[in-house]
Amino acid sequence: MTMIDERPDELPETANPELERRAERRESWRGFLHAVPAYVYLIFFFVLPLGIVFVFSFASRGRTGRPNLEGWNVDGWTRLTDPLVSTIVGRSLFVAVVNTALCLIIGYAFAYWIATRPKQSTRTLLLILVLIPFWSNFLVRTYAWRMLLDSDGYITQLGELTGLWGRTLFTLPAVFLGLLYGYLPFMVLPLYAAIERIDWSLVEAGRDLYASGTRAFLKITLPLSRPGIIAGSILVFIPSLGAYVTPDILGGAKTTLLGNFIVTQFGAARNWPFGSALSGAILIVMLLATILYFRSGARTV
Amino acid sequence: MTLHEGAATGRRLDRVLSINGWFIFAFLYLPILVVIVFSFSGAQNVGIWGGFSLRWYERMFGNGPLLHSLQNTLWIALFSTIISTVLGTAAALALDRYRRWVGKGAFDAILYMPVIIPDVTMAVMLLLWFTQIGLPLGRGSILLAHIAFNISFVAIVVRARLANMDPAVEEAASDLYATRWQTFRRVTLPLIMPGVLGGALLALTLSLDDVVITSFVQGPGATTLPVHVFGLIRRSVTPEINAVSTLMVTASMVLVFASLAIQRRE
Amino acid sequence: MGHEGDAQAASGATDRSEQPQMTSGVAAVGLHGVTKVFGEDVVAVNSMDLDIRDGEFFSLLGPSGCGKTTTLRIIAGLEYPTEGSVQIFGEEMGLRAPNKRPVNTVFQSYALFPHMNVEDNVSFGLRMKKVDEAEVQRRTGEAIELVRLSGMEKRRPNALSGGQQQRVALARALVNQPKVLLLDEPLGALDLKLRQTMQLELKDIQHEVGISFVYVTHDQEEALTMSDRIGVMNEGNLVQMGTSEDIYEAPVDLFVAGFVGDMVFVPGEIAEAGVVRLGGGETVQARTSSASGTTVTLAVRPEKLHLYGERSEAPPGRNAVSGRVARKIFYGEALYYEIDSGASGNFDVRVENVPSARRWDVGDDVVVDFHPEAALAFEE
Repeated sequence: MTMIDERPDELPETANPELERRAERRESWRGFLHAVPAYVYLIFFFVLPLGIVFVFSFASRGRTGRPNLEGWNVDGWTRLTDPLVSTIVGRSLFVAVVNTALCLIIGYAFAYWIATRPKQSTRTLLLILVLIPFWSNFLVRTYAWRMLLDSDGYITQLGELTGLWGRTLFTLPAVFLGLLYGYLPFMVLPLYAAIERIDWSLVEAGRDLYASGTRAFLKITLPLSRPGIIAGSILVFIPSLGAYVTPDILGGAKTTLLGNFIVTQFGAARNWPFGSALSGAILIVMLLATILYFRSGARTV
Repeated sequence: MTLHEGAATGRRLDRVLSINGWFIFAFLYLPILVVIVFSFSGAQNVGIWGGFSLRWYERMFGNGPLLHSLQNTLWIALFSTIISTVLGTAAALALDRYRRWVGKGAFDAILYMPVIIPDVTMAVMLLLWFTQIGLPLGRGSILLAHIAFNISFVAIVVRARLANMDPAVEEAASDLYATRWQTFRRVTLPLIMPGVLGGALLALTLSLDDVVITSFVQGPGATTLPVHVFGLIRRSVTPEINAVSTLMVTASMVLVFASLAIQRRE
Repeated sequence: MGHEGDAQAASGATDRSEQPQMTSGVAAVGLHGVTKVFGEDVVAVNSMDLDIRDGEFFSLLGPSGCGKTTTLRIIAGLEYPTEGSVQIFGEEMGLRAPNKRPVNTVFQSYALFPHMNVEDNVSFGLRMKKVDEAEVQRRTGEAIELVRLSGMEKRRPNALSGGQQQRVALARALVNQPKVLLLDEPLGALDLKLRQTMQLELKDIQHEVGISFVYVTHDQEEALTMSDRIGVMNEGNLVQMGTSEDIYEAPVDLFVAGFVGDMVFVPGEIAEAGVVRLGGGETVQARTSSASGTTVTLAVRPEKLHLYGERSEAPPGRNAVSGRVARKIFYGEALYYEIDSGASGNFDVRVENVPSARRWDVGDDVVVDFHPEAALAFEE
């Protein structure tokens, strides 16, 4: 209700300005109380740990293997500029970007196909079929590829038969395959939600205007599905950046990615400060992406 | 009208998209099917069919450490689901039903982050934190970690469900003499129940699935099934893993169908 | 033209309703200085004083955004006033939540509980008040019968038509025997015929039950036909209060005149007391107390205008303006003739479609005639 008028100059005797304020404060307090348990829990088990990562990133590698928190040691952070690190980081960024792009292209065609099936029952069925592998254990799905790509795995046999490829296990393409497999549903679901909502009459108008299906797609359908593209991309890109299980099972020494590298720092390498610095770097990227997401106004969740 | 009502993607494009679609389904399903099929293969070698056999299942059920890890997994999954569902539902209500309160904006952002943070980073965070506050690593620390990431997922699902609900219904309940608690119990909760259960199911699945975070915050002697299997996979690939995997897949499918059955009931 | 009171101009309009009974002289609903401000500067309701009598059918009428729904919600307790007080039968409501007020609401969207059947919906309020089971059954049955939905008890809301849902909402509210019933545009979602039927039904139910109904609507025809009294609102202010006749025959300003019913507006200027000079120089007599020289807008209802071929044919002592038929529209039950009087403006004349009525054609020279009592003049 938007109307403008002047406020009365004097309050009548029965006026009670406190009422609204008290009611609002009551509501506000109730809302806060509802959130308190989760709020406290997350501050204690998420926000504070976030901070601790940065604290530890300035620690020194203790002699006994335990990190030493005295003083400020920037070794962890300076090592980020190490050529080995840059190679790994570069490779990880490359993998994350390419994986996101692959998921986007393949996922978009897939989501569009499902969204354009005329019957609701068909669409629901197809979505269920997408959900089932999505909900089965990630480990199992990655393991399945390990089996298939191994020396006597079917994919390898197929490759040898056609002469196109040999054993692909422990190579970068294997990791790509595994990541695409693992994250495709994360891209398809938000894309489907966004595409399904598009008002087709706009697309038809575009077809008339541009006299070409392709241009109508580029100028209308694609921009309208932007919220889905952004949501799906973030859901794929950031986890891809920190992928660990997939590169660990399907990749090898030559294909070390950021995730594996970090885990090593807390395992064999026993270099907690460095591992923390690496994790801190990822956190910064993640925070930037979050800000971008909120800014772009694509909040559909 | 929506896309599916009007879209007449040209004959050719539609065919291409359909072929693409079915290829992708094959891509998604074949690996899992191969695992399941070969769990029944008697051969030692995973690539070759060795006749129908249940020996790997027998081996699995006799495997002490494996069963112990399964027990831990179920205990952790159960409690993390219950606790995170309660906390997540309350959080969703706070965000959706109450217009303004102290720290609401920050809470919204904090709730969103566990969803997008990479496993590895969360694992590191929690390990460092637990070390710092001197929390002993064991079943309890794993539980605490699972709750930490599950609250957000439950909240998201419940929030989506709340947004679809006509808020006038709660006003009507209040108009009809219901107290806040009665309104929640008799009106709000039944109406968001599919969302709450959906969120709980999601939390359960994520807890059962988790590998990295658990492996970082677990203590000696207390591991979960996925982590245990992960260890097996890294060491050597045996057909026993196929059997375990098949069971895990079956469990997941049961969960998916359960969640769908719940969604139907509205 | 005062805010309240009987309309002097009201002439023998059939009074279909009995006069509302005043039980104790205390207003059923009393609003005093009620103001509601949203955010920094959005004034939804501006210092409203309102008394609704016990047993009357009272409508809050106004265009979208005028604050009528907000006012209703303040009475219900769903909003709290920024300033002012609300009393129900003399009892100050203060900070009381809706569940502590002796009023019930019928919502615009009905807000039926989708997971409960008709019976459970209707009996909800009674159960919340912990009324004993036998009485719950009895009263629920009576309420469902009152709205003529017997037989539908076990149905879910999504298996009911819009009209049926509306009746469930009504029963659900009335079963609690509230002191006042609040209705927020309850018939908005229904089609025309159903709406008209429901209007009469609501009126009958209100008589039977005997409590005050506070009815919010933007449909002036609805308000006119159903109400004992109407409060017209505009931009957060209560602009006029009175019976249907008051509002229709003696609107207090340009807004009410234009909002309720059709009205012909023509610019003019006060020549002397009670006389308005139109743009073309003609003078007409009107009900006005404005001073000479004031710019005014002359307002007459189309049905109070008559057409004659020449001035001599028209009865003497009345207003007459010459013009030409510019357009003729056939509405079925009546014809509307748009008369162009040149500089004096356009007059829409409504002529009942009866055999005795004279027909005119476009281009005919005519005289528009009307009684001085039928003409009003408003300053800006």
